[in-house]
Amino acid sequence: MSRPQSESEYLSRLVPPSVSALSRRRFLQASAGAGGLVGLSALLAACGGDDSGGGSGTSTVTFGSNQSDDVPKKAYATMLANAGKAAGVDVKVNTVDHNTFQENINNYLQGKPDDVFTWFAGYRMQFFAEKGLIGDVSDVWANMTGMSDALKTASTGSDGKQYFVPLDYYPWAVFYRKSVFAEKGYQVPKTLDEFKALGTQMKKDGLVPIAFADKDGWPAFGTFDILNMRINGYQFHVDLMAGKEAWTDPKVKTVFDTWRGLLPLHQEGSLGRTWQEAAQSLQKKEAGTYLLGMFVGQQFPAADQADLDFFPFPEVDSTIGADTLDAPIDGFLMAKKPRNEAGAKKLLGALAKPAAEQDYVTSDPTVIAVSSDADTSKYSPLQLKGVELVKNAKNIAQFLDRDTRPDFSSTVMIPSIQAWIKSPDDVDSILNSVESQKKTIFSAQ
Amino acid sequence: MTTSTLTASGALPDARDTAAPRRPRGSRVTLHVFLTGMALVWLFPVLWAVLSSFRDYAYTSTHGYASFGGFTLANYKNAWEQAEFGRHFWNSVIITVPAVTATLFLASCVAFVLARFSFKFNIALLGLFTAANLLPQQSLLIPLYRLFREVPLPYWMSDSGILLDSFWGLILINTAFQTGFCVFVLSNYMKTLPHELYEAAMVDGAGIMRQFFQITLPLCRPPLAALATLEVTWIYNEFFWATVLMQTGDKFPITSSLNNLRGTFFTDDNLVSAASVLVALPTLVVFFILQRQFVSGLTLGATKG
Amino acid sequence: MTDLPTVPVGAMSEAGAPGLRARRPAGPRRSRAHRLSRTDKTVLTVMVAVPTALVVGLVWLPALATVILSFSNWDGIGGLGTIHWIGFDNYQNVVTNYPPFKPAIEHNLIWLAVMFLIATPLGMFLAVLLDRQLRASRFYQTSFFLPVVLSLALLGFIWQLIYSSDQGLLNAVLGTKVDWYGDPSVNLWAVLVAASWRHTGYIMLLYLAGLKAVDPSLREAAQMDGASERRAFFSVVFPVMRPVNVIILVVTVIESLRAFDLVWVINKGRNGLELISALVTNNVVGEASRIGFGSALATIMLVISLVFITIYLATVMREDT
Repeated sequence: MSRPQSESEYLSRLVPPSVSALSRRRFLQASAGAGGLVGLSALLAACGGDDSGGGSGTSTVTFGSNQSDDVPKKAYATMLANAGKAAGVDVKVNTVDHNTFQENINNYLQGKPDDVFTWFAGYRMQFFAEKGLIGDVSDVWANMTGMSDALKTASTGSDGKQYFVPLDYYPWAVFYRKSVFAEKGYQVPKTLDEFKALGTQMKKDGLVPIAFADKDGWPAFGTFDILNMRINGYQFHVDLMAGKEAWTDPKVKTVFDTWRGLLPLHQEGSLGRTWQEAAQSLQKKEAGTYLLGMFVGQQFPAADQADLDFFPFPEVDSTIGADTLDAPIDGFLMAKKPRNEAGAKKLLGALAKPAAEQDYVTSDPTVIAVSSDADTSKYSPLQLKGVELVKNAKNIAQFLDRDTRPDFSSTVMIPSIQAWIKSPDDVDSILNSVESQKKTIFSAQ
Repeated sequence: MTTSTLTASGALPDARDTAAPRRPRGSRVTLHVFLTGMALVWLFPVLWAVLSSFRDYAYTSTHGYASFGGFTLANYKNAWEQAEFGRHFWNSVIITVPAVTATLFLASCVAFVLARFSFKFNIALLGLFTAANLLPQQSLLIPLYRLFREVPLPYWMSDSGILLDSFWGLILINTAFQTGFCVFVLSNYMKTLPHELYEAAMVDGAGIMRQFFQITLPLCRPPLAALATLEVTWIYNEFFWATVLMQTGDKFPITSSLNNLRGTFFTDDNLVSAASVLVALPTLVVFFILQRQFVSGLTLGATKG
Repeated sequence: MTDLPTVPVGAMSEAGAPGLRARRPAGPRRSRAHRLSRTDKTVLTVMVAVPTALVVGLVWLPALATVILSFSNWDGIGGLGTIHWIGFDNYQNVVTNYPPFKPAIEHNLIWLAVMFLIATPLGMFLAVLLDRQLRASRFYQTSFFLPVVLSLALLGFIWQLIYSSDQGLLNAVLGTKVDWYGDPSVNLWAVLVAASWRHTGYIMLLYLAGLKAVDPSLREAAQMDGASERRAFFSVVFPVMRPVNVIILVVTVIESLRAFDLVWVINKGRNGLELISALVTNNVVGEASRIGFGSALATIMLVISLVFITIYLATVMREDT
């Protein structure tokens, strides 16, 4: 059975009448969208405590948040309070810790999701749209300003409607400490060969050229992504992520071979090291560079923040250049059948304004607000540089685990890349295994 | 056939052991030294975590953990506030107390029937219950999630309207999962109750209910207390069901809320240690207070008469 | 085998009297059903039916559903009508097309071997040592049993403090840079140390109580025959402990098969720490949502567990009759 191409096709494969009435009612309620559905759904929507749009003065919108850390949690509270005021709704926040929220997303969406909740752009979002689990917010987009076309594309589902409201993003680049480079007289490399030469020099000077950690499995995706985009171009990367290209293609092998050439410059023992520890080795001046997202700055104490700088990953192929990068976007989605749809959309509209973005971004110097109208006067030099980098980028990718199917990325890619890091010479058998597993996963409904 | 004897009080019969011959002094000392050494090795990891919980993260990140210094109580305060321990402790209480009570009551009912009568289905029933506790949780997950989603609950029982994301759901699954073990233990203990008691009661005209409530349960106080201790520990420490079957962050029990302290991008390990110590405290208190019965609880099933 | 000591029945006639129970030789001592009144029968039915319904409904039915789902490639989203049945494909993929599977089986077997050969005997040994009048006995018991009382998530944190390659205590003290958690040739053993630490206490307690319950007159008899303590244990006590031995064996096996929490907390069961239960969780929980595939893995786990559960129950039944 192929995956349904649109919501209507999905709906047309509804539960046959032979299945029990109770389960069918719940299922229809979850998937059908606004339509007169008698019974449980209407009953539940009508009654129920303080979270319906009942006759009271201000309506309530529930908000599911994965921002469980202290600092972002407070920032979100401020942002939501202000946005709620602007939208004229009361916002009730439900915070679940980051990992649990993400891991339970399928269950969450099929259970009783909050009206609005945090999530990411990319295929991970489109996947839910295709499954009919999130709500269409195209009308909110119709009134939005300050969002670039690239952002709109990233927020659009495969059916052309918008589902995602962006908040902030953070670019992936090669980070380094300015003082170390100045002290040792290093130059920012523009090509891969220059980067390799720089690495060799760093080694001679007693530094680990490239910090590297992959205990959690996903950080290494950043290296794969950027190498693939530099060597084979953005379109090939997107097609590979979508399952349209084969992992056994010689182009993919070239990526791994290039990476293998760089491995001697990478920090050893990466599979037992968390990225936090790798970032700390950059901060302690034990490593020269580190390819990571801008959140690397969270491991630097305030005093050292000004010393942090980055350069985009050098070009490998001069015909492709270096104008593509990973810049994952975080933002909000709306539930398929929110209890307060009107209120939710108003809230989303308020959250899409620069004011809301600023509320959040001021608390976290490692992300950048998406709106081009956002006030950048309070940005650090690093954030400003990030804005420039993304503004000048021709193409933005969302990072492997957001650009491809989640089951593929977590059950196949993580173990496979870890296996490759352990034994880079086994690239052929590993890629064969990835391809055959990919076929079983992508061919499933 | 075993010739073991079991004291009804359930206490570990430490002092009964008069059969051990007098050992020469020297080997006694060696024994103590060895055991003390082993005990300290066993305690060490826990003590290390407790020590780390009293240290400031800024200090240990610069000087490493093998250093000495940077002591503070702030971690405990911060852990309590950031992880909202007050609320989550209460959630754990809401889940644990009813679940333990229900488990023990229901298990007693079944155990009573199994011990008192010898119906044909006894063995099958015992097997059904015992095996239920030995199944891995993960294999039950998605069907259970689906099931919970379909079962409606009135709003005064659950503000989500369904069994999912409600305390009742967690209480039910914990009860179902733990009942098996308790049935096994209690049925073994109840078998040791002499039949004459019941016959005398029946002669007095007592029905089954009276026999159960007035004879069996009071006499089973020791194993019930022991099982209560065990079950409180196991259900309180359970985090798996909660993370999947609850959806509102505020309703998570204490063990799940530990995750709130593991940041997306930054984890203060010392803070997490302090939080972990706080989480462990109730189980430790329960354990120390009821150690005698706790020890006998596990073994009542093992050395049945 | 000595006779069981008995206490005069008359001493037990008061309901509610605590104290030593009479020990009766096994014999027909259960009442017959037809002597019960109708109320009694209703009460009995309810007493059995409610717990049974609960356990069957919330444990056995979901287990059955999992087995059924293993023949599909469902992703957990949508209604039951969207399930696509694919026969044994999942099982085939698990065995041929899933690199972590073979390491997981190996690791579970290694886990079982270590628990069986090291942790369980150590627990038994400690129990034997503690099975005598010792002054600090309670302190020792507490120390060894403490890891069992703590939640496993907490234990993960504790051992992370010790094993972290950059900031852990072990490397700091030994002065090495061994990647305890990241080096697949080492990490399973590092985790097994932590798991054994816990398992030993559990076994120690089971065995200790079994030992305490052994009739002291047995040991006296052996001593009077001139046997050393070691001989006395191996030729007299150990055989008598047969039911406890079997139970410890099965508990060890089941715990090894179900081993999950430690590796999950460390790195989600990857890179040398693959275990079957972690694989199931990776596929079923989380965004991956390969429900059909994960259910196949879970069914494999279930089947293996059931084999041992059956052995366990057979022993229990045999001792019972």
